[in-house]
Parts: sequence; structure tokens; C-alpha cells
Amino acid sequence: MSAQNCLVRNDWICWEYVHSRSQELTDATVQHVWITVVSVLIGLLIAFPLALLARGRKAVAGAVLTLTTVLYTVPSLAMFSLLLPVFGLSASLVVTGLVLYSLTILVRNILAGLEAVPAEVREAARGMGYGRIRLLFEVELPLALPALLAGVRIATVSTVALTTVGSVVGKGGLGNLIGDGVQSTFKAQVLTASVLCVLLALVADLLLLGLQRLLTPWTRIRTTAGAR
Amino acid sequence: MDTHTDDGGGALMGVMADAWTWLTTGSNWSGDDGAWHRLAEHAYVSGVSLLVACAIALPLALWLGHIGRGGALAVNISNVGRAVPVFAVLALLMLTPLRKEGYLPTIIALVLFAVPPLLTNAYVGMREVDRSVVEAARGMGMSGGQLFARVELPLAYPLIMIGVRSAAVQVVATATIASMVGLGGLGRIITAGFATYNTPQVVAGAILAALLALLVEGVLVVADRLFSPLRHRRAQGTTP
Repeated sequence: MSAQNCLVRNDWICWEYVHSRSQELTDATVQHVWITVVSVLIGLLIAFPLALLARGRKAVAGAVLTLTTVLYTVPSLAMFSLLLPVFGLSASLVVTGLVLYSLTILVRNILAGLEAVPAEVREAARGMGYGRIRLLFEVELPLALPALLAGVRIATVSTVALTTVGSVVGKGGLGNLIGDGVQSTFKAQVLTASVLCVLLALVADLLLLGLQRLLTPWTRIRTTAGAR
Repeated sequence: MDTHTDDGGGALMGVMADAWTWLTTGSNWSGDDGAWHRLAEHAYVSGVSLLVACAIALPLALWLGHIGRGGALAVNISNVGRAVPVFAVLALLMLTPLRKEGYLPTIIALVLFAVPPLLTNAYVGMREVDRSVVEAARGMGMSGGQLFARVELPLAYPLIMIGVRSAAVQVVATATIASMVGLGGLGRIITAGFATYNTPQVVAGAILAALLALLVEGVLVVADRLFSPLRHRRAQGTTP
């Protein structure tokens, strides 16, 4: 009885809400996660060739960085709205907007990572007979990985937060629940969805940190040795 | 297939033309729901919020940077700021009694999201000042205050300005989202368009919001170039 009452009293924290709407919460979380994952993955697929193209070419790098910065400056709501005539009320609209945002951070970090590869390492690999492709994927990319993954972490965390704005077209994952909750002044729904959203960003960040440690064990050895 | 793509392109051009018509129609600019009033609201909440955020964050960051403490806070606050959705904070504020206080919920949210970039950049700027320069200034007998005003502050200036710039852009963008919980600003043109299935109005509002953000960024970039204290000195140094 008392558990039911928290819905009637419109409490901020209401386990009965979490319980009775668990399906709704799960669906929203699933939508939130897939929109974020798809956006960051597509962002990576676009950012990587862009960074390769910009590497070593000052004019191209300047143009790419300026363009992505301009895109990043556009407010998220405006970005989604400008895509409306192209995509209509669809998840593709939200994903496209999020991809455009992620490019700024991803291109910058991949470029920085590739440019930080020491020239002597590159020359040594060339001397050992490495071709351009093998040099890129077996020498340069692993060395650029820490910077790349740092970029992926920042991009993912911001994307999780920005996805909520997608609720303007009804595809905002947990943002949909936040939007509906404001309309109906449903405190428990807004707070629960907001907390889940922050938790999602935190979990994503920790998972990527784990991946970063798994893929680049050498950086960890260096930092722990440095700390001592 | 060809007719289909033609239709798509034609529809897109049609929407852009209609958006242009919306922007050039005088009645859309006047009145309480008009673009001028929304722009004024946007500029007002953005300006007030940026000033308040600077007043809170900059003295704190510069002081922490000067004494060299609180680095973990100053750096981590940016990560926290990135993980918290603006929309969620605005929504939560709108469910408190603050919703009756006019622009206050928007200003609180804008300040909250403007503080992290200001704090982090100003702090990092202060800490990245070359330690040997600081030691040399101390050796010349500069007091803490002189060191701060004549050495640390001018050298940290570029990063402080980057912080102000990202905070300003953040504030203008966040002010757009305020419309999603029914608050004022340019975003209202967009959300009102969504509510009435008026795509040209949505696009017109988005163009205005995007232009304002780009204008703010552009003006700050130019202001930074014109007023940077180091630029002046560099120019003096190169022309003896």
C-alpha cells in the first residue's frame, strides 16, 4: 500500500515506479544504448579516414578541423532540427546528428595520436621492410591507440548525454521518459531516467577504460612504474 | 527511382524555401512568440549566465592555480559536466518550485554547465605556466600578487580565453535546449514548430540558433586575437 502511495504522492524516489514501469525503462535504456553505440561506431568509421587524409597535409588538416569545430558549435537541438527535412522523425536523424558531433573529438584525437608516433619508429619499421598499410595497422595504429581510445571515451560520454535531446523527435532513449515526465510533472520518472542516463555514461566510460587497459597494456606498465 | 530522388530533392528545396519565407516574414519576428523577443530572451539568459559563471569559476580557478591545489577537482569537474545531460538538469529544475521563477531555472542550468570549461581551462592555464619563469620572477623579488598579475595571468590568458569561448558556446547551446522544457529562448521557435508539424519553422528556428552560436564563437575568436596580451608583446619582440 505504502509503496503505491509514492506514485500518488509524486515522490522523487519511488521504487514502485521502477518496479511497475521496468519494461518501459528497459526499452528506453536499450534505445539509448544502441543509438549511442551506433553513433560512436559510425563516427569512428568516418573519423579514421578523415584523420589519415589530414595527416601530414596542413591545408587538409586545417579544413577538416575547422569544419568539425563549426559542426560542434551548432547547438544540438538546432542540429537535429536542421536534419529534419532530410530524415523526418526517425532514429537516423538522431544518429546522424550525434555522428557529426563525435567527429570533432575523434578526428582531433586520432590525428594527435598518429602525429605523436616517433619518426624513428616509423623509419625503423620501413627499414625492416614494412609497407604503408602494414606500417599503419601494425605500428602506427597501436601506438596511436591510447589517444584514439581517450577520444572514444570522451565522445561516448558526451553522446550518451546528447542522445536525450533526440526526444524532440521521439528517439531520445531515456530522454523520451524525461520529456514525458516533465509534461506530466512525474518526478519519479524524470529523476529515474536522469540517474540512469548518468549511470549509463559512467558504465560506458569504465568499460572503455577497461578496454583501453586491455588493448594497451604497455601504457599501464609505464604509468605504474612512473608513479613509483 | 529517378522520380523518387527528384521528389526527395524537390521536397528538401521546398522546405528550405519555406524556411526562408518564414525568416523573411515580418509577423514571425514580432510579438511575444516572435523571433526578436526569443532572441532577446536567449541573449539575456546567455549573457547573465556567462557573467555569473565567470564570476564564480575564474577567481576560484585562478586562486587554485596560483597556490597549486585542487587540481583533481578542477580537471574532473569537466568530465562530470560532460556526463550529465543538460536536458535532464533542466527537467529536474522544472519540477521544483523554481519553475515559477521566470528565467531562473534556465540561468541555473546554464551556469552549471558553463562552470566546468571555465574552471578546467583557467586552472590548467595557470599550472602550465613554465615553473622556471615563475622561479625567475620570484628571484627578481616579485611578491605573490605581482607574480600573479604580471607573470601567471598573462601567460595563462590564452587558455583562460579558450575556457571562456567554450563556456559561451556551451551557454548558447544549452539555452536552446531550455525550450524543450517550455522555457524561453530561440529554441522555442523550434519546439513550437515541432508541436504544430511546421517543418519550415523548425528549420528557420534552427538556422537562427546555429547562426547565433557561430556568431558568438566567431566574435570571441576575433576578440581573442585582438586583445591577447602576449600577441602585443610578441609583436614588440619581433620588431626591435
